[in-house]
Amino acid sequence: MIGAAFRALVSHWRRRRLQLAALITGLALATALWTGVQAINAEARASYARAAGEVQVAALPQITRAGGVTMEDFYTLRAGGWLVTPVVEGRVQIGDRSLRLLGLDPLTAPAALRPAAMTPETLSRLPVANGTATPATAPRYAAPDIAAEIGAIAAPGLPPGLLVTEVTAAAEMLGRPGRLSRLTLLPEQPLRQAALADLGPYSLSPAAESTDLGRLTESFHLNLTAFGFLAFAVGLFVVHGTIGLAFEERRPMIRTLRALGLPLRLLAALLAAELTVLALIGGGIGVVLGGWIAAQLLPDVASSLRGLYGAEVSGSLTIRPVWWLAGLGMALGGTWVAGAGALLQLARLPLLAPARPRAWARAGRRLARLGALAGLVLLAVAALALGVAPGLGAGLLWGFAGLAALLLGAAALLPFLLSRALALGARLARRPLAQWAWADTGQQLPGLSLALMALMLALAANIGVSTMVGSFRQTFLGWLDQRLAADLYVIARDDAEAERLEAWLEPRVEAVLPVWRIAATAEGAAVSLYGFRDDPIYRQSWPLLSALPEVWTRAARGEGVLINEQLARRLDKAPGASLSLPGWETRVLGVYSDYGNPNGQVMMALDRLVTLYPGADRRRFGLRLAPGTAPALRKALTETFDLPPGVVTDQATQKAAARGVFERTFLVTGALNALTLAVAGFAMLTALTTLSGMRLPQLAPVWAMGMGRRQLAALEVLRALGLAALTFCMALPVGLALAWALLAVINVQAFGWRLPMFLYPADLARLFLWAMLAAGLAATLPALRLARRPVADLLRVFAGER
Amino acid sequence: MSADRSFPRPGRPTRRALLASGLGLLLAQRLQAQGFAGLGQGGTGFALPDPGYRLRFPRDHAAHPGFRIEWWYLTANLTDPQGRDWGAQWTLFRSALDPEEPRAQAWMGHAALASPEGHLSAERLARPGQAGVRLTEAPTRLEARIDEWRLTGDPETRMRVSAGGSDFAFDLGLTATGPLVLQGDAGYSVKSPGGQASHYYSQPFLKAAGEVQTGGGALPVTGIAWLDREWSSEPLAADQSGWDWFSLSLDSGAKLMGFVLRGASRFTAATWIAPDGRATPLPDGAFRAEPLDWAKVAGHRLPLRWRVRLADPRPEVPALDLEVRAIRPDAWMPMLFPYWEGPVRVSGSAGGIGYLEMTGYE
Repeated sequence: MIGAAFRALVSHWRRRRLQLAALITGLALATALWTGVQAINAEARASYARAAGEVQVAALPQITRAGGVTMEDFYTLRAGGWLVTPVVEGRVQIGDRSLRLLGLDPLTAPAALRPAAMTPETLSRLPVANGTATPATAPRYAAPDIAAEIGAIAAPGLPPGLLVTEVTAAAEMLGRPGRLSRLTLLPEQPLRQAALADLGPYSLSPAAESTDLGRLTESFHLNLTAFGFLAFAVGLFVVHGTIGLAFEERRPMIRTLRALGLPLRLLAALLAAELTVLALIGGGIGVVLGGWIAAQLLPDVASSLRGLYGAEVSGSLTIRPVWWLAGLGMALGGTWVAGAGALLQLARLPLLAPARPRAWARAGRRLARLGALAGLVLLAVAALALGVAPGLGAGLLWGFAGLAALLLGAAALLPFLLSRALALGARLARRPLAQWAWADTGQQLPGLSLALMALMLALAANIGVSTMVGSFRQTFLGWLDQRLAADLYVIARDDAEAERLEAWLEPRVEAVLPVWRIAATAEGAAVSLYGFRDDPIYRQSWPLLSALPEVWTRAARGEGVLINEQLARRLDKAPGASLSLPGWETRVLGVYSDYGNPNGQVMMALDRLVTLYPGADRRRFGLRLAPGTAPALRKALTETFDLPPGVVTDQATQKAAARGVFERTFLVTGALNALTLAVAGFAMLTALTTLSGMRLPQLAPVWAMGMGRRQLAALEVLRALGLAALTFCMALPVGLALAWALLAVINVQAFGWRLPMFLYPADLARLFLWAMLAAGLAATLPALRLARRPVADLLRVFAGER
Repeated sequence: MSADRSFPRPGRPTRRALLASGLGLLLAQRLQAQGFAGLGQGGTGFALPDPGYRLRFPRDHAAHPGFRIEWWYLTANLTDPQGRDWGAQWTLFRSALDPEEPRAQAWMGHAALASPEGHLSAERLARPGQAGVRLTEAPTRLEARIDEWRLTGDPETRMRVSAGGSDFAFDLGLTATGPLVLQGDAGYSVKSPGGQASHYYSQPFLKAAGEVQTGGGALPVTGIAWLDREWSSEPLAADQSGWDWFSLSLDSGAKLMGFVLRGASRFTAATWIAPDGRATPLPDGAFRAEPLDWAKVAGHRLPLRWRVRLADPRPEVPALDLEVRAIRPDAWMPMLFPYWEGPVRVSGSAGGIGYLEMTGYE
């Protein structure tokens, strides 16, 4: 009995292969996007976890002294009972790789900081004696994928792009022997220690504000997760549509089975089992597909995270069993949710009830009104979360909650608004055919509304994200032009070379613009302090957001400093506010925009920097040149000083590099956008196919009154296009609201800068065409089937007339 | 391949047993396995203990960087005004990394305070800028240091020792009440039937007074202390797995140093030190120590009560049958190379106090 009933139920899929394909594809796509995004997030988080030890230690307090700390300070402090560990940080070029260099003391660095392979036992290979350190003899450690290439020991725990070595060897590699980047105070200190002031002019600077990569990049991952969820929801619309169709079509079979005595419970169980099997198949395919998508997108995500946050994420994917489980779980859960409605209907179905589409439509209208109410509530929540919460200091999560409420609310409102629009159309229509067409569309709405909601969500997301990316690009490129105003940039290998370079350059260029810097802590925030030499170039092109009058003259006289927007927002400083820097109580004179950089910056007059912080890194210069002289000077500079490649870069290269980072940053978002739109199109296709099967009784009378099948089919396509166009019109304000929220709320929370919003009508028009194309394609298949339908089918509708 | 130059691996004995260092042991085995045994003991390039070497002071208080390993090892049995027992340990290990580069030395410090509330300990690792041993002569002044931990002064007159961790500190003045004692054959101490040896002398006659501190305030303490100095380059024999070492101060004013090297067979050595400082080295077997009670400490099964016997035909050496009992069972040193080290009480045919070190218990 069970076997026979199951075979009967399953025989449906054999006859309706397209439906089966739609169901599996919908499930697979939904699961794939979800799993893909989860895989990317998991990989990135695993990378942060690896870097976490390092971050924790960076967040420990430090002992500083004016002019910077050396190994001698390390010994002095240790002898006084202050347990510090020396750290050297910098960048090195090995082959064509630019790597972050971290120098550690394997004897005193806490285990959390060291690569697992760098233990005190490796001492025998370390130059621990003073004066015996050479970069050549100290072992180096790097992530396994690059270790062999750069001649390092593979250390599996290390984040990519990081090279670890012994501290004095690292200082030598950076051309500043004995000098340290910092002395980190260990968490455990002895009960008795000398007073810090007795040991020398040291000061204890508290832990830098936590720069937890996990928290910093959370917005990026939330963003991806939101996209994944959206795609999954859109995919579920497909599944829901297909399952609904399959139930509808099998209704006569179900009636027969019930009439033959199959208990309702058993029937429901069989159908649930069928759904489970289908979900597992679709989910399985989806997980594999998701892995593939993640592998394709991960390198871009990795470069985005590097570009935005300086977070190193491995570009290769590790298969984790948890995705399989999560992906299959999502597929199963989603299918059950999508099938629950159909199963419930089955349970309530009177044994011999015929299909009653009109009654559905009336019920649908009630639902639409309920949805509209829910939608309004959600929109109110969105307005509150986006408009008020940030002002109260509520975080990123509120921003995203607001976005979710905005999208869901708009989707819930959609059926109601569409039905109002259609009713309006029907009232304005004069010709009978037009009146019928409007009314008929209204009747189709409940069946289509889920697919249309999916389309609207996809369109709104597209509009929002493309507006955000466009605005970002326009602002960023404009800013880049201002910010990279010098013609050539030079980084010397050490201070002595820097001095020789400067002396050589002085008579040959219009201006040498030193870009000297040092890391410090200002009012609890980690900042880079930059020194600048007064030059017209700053007045002409530095991208100021707000400033006191005569800002450059006053800053050059040492009356105050300029800070970047991130720092201004973090410390809540406007021009005129006071600012305490290590050893200098000063004033903020101006705030400049500084996109693409997560850290705080302070600019001060060069002589101030040198007097206050003699340990500043003095190796960087910008050069202002007479037009056209850059290539010749670059050549002369490289040859005279025998400079390795990469030491001198021109403006164009810098800009191209920055642009590259930027473009890659949003490639992922773009790809997910396109995929979501594709899934939405697919949802429409399945919904229309479902409806076209059920609509024969409505179409047959119109056909009988003299309208041709082709005409009817054309009308069907037109109707789909019209609904899509209406949906687009409603997605437009939602999408723009989304863009505004991303630019003005999410960005400020996530990155610390606010961006102006620009509109791109051409992009919107293009998206409109895509939406029309998707809807048109989705409607074409059912329309073609209608046009080719045997006349007998249409006639048969009347045969069953009571 | 240069693993021999590093600290021994965890789980292996330390201190005197650094001689038996795990990696040293490994190296010895590897050399034999690879057929390099013929290279002999000079193959490492480090200086070797020489039976003909005559110790001279203050010169030999200082470091001997040509040897692979060396230590300055002080233990103290202390009493507070309420009569409670305390114990303090101050240890500095030197480990040469490269026979060709005498500046390449790594240093390790262990400090412990056995307090009535618990056993507290701390460990430091250091490069030469942070630690070292300096000696000036006329007047003699030794300064052994790692970070802020210091042992300074003249072992033959007066010294001061201080160390501490995040939960304890001690600072003791030490006064010599007797002469330096050369262990083994005039300071040449044999460690196995195969002839492995070290240079070894002690200052067992020290009076201690100072203060100890745990979480609360400082507490005055008085008592006695014992300084050991030893250096070598040789690993122990391949089959030797651990070490039980006793330094006992008897109520009579006499001292007894004795150790058992556990291996395929047991090797013991001891020195009987009369109250006036006259030392009698005892051959293998004259000193015997048998575990009486075992207990589980920090996951390791250890003998915390011993029967120690001394039997030697020479008249200056008394026949002894002692029971040696750990004052605090919890004296586990959870270091890079963990071991047990703590104060003990002596009863039986003579009373006294002392220190016990046990290594190599899995």
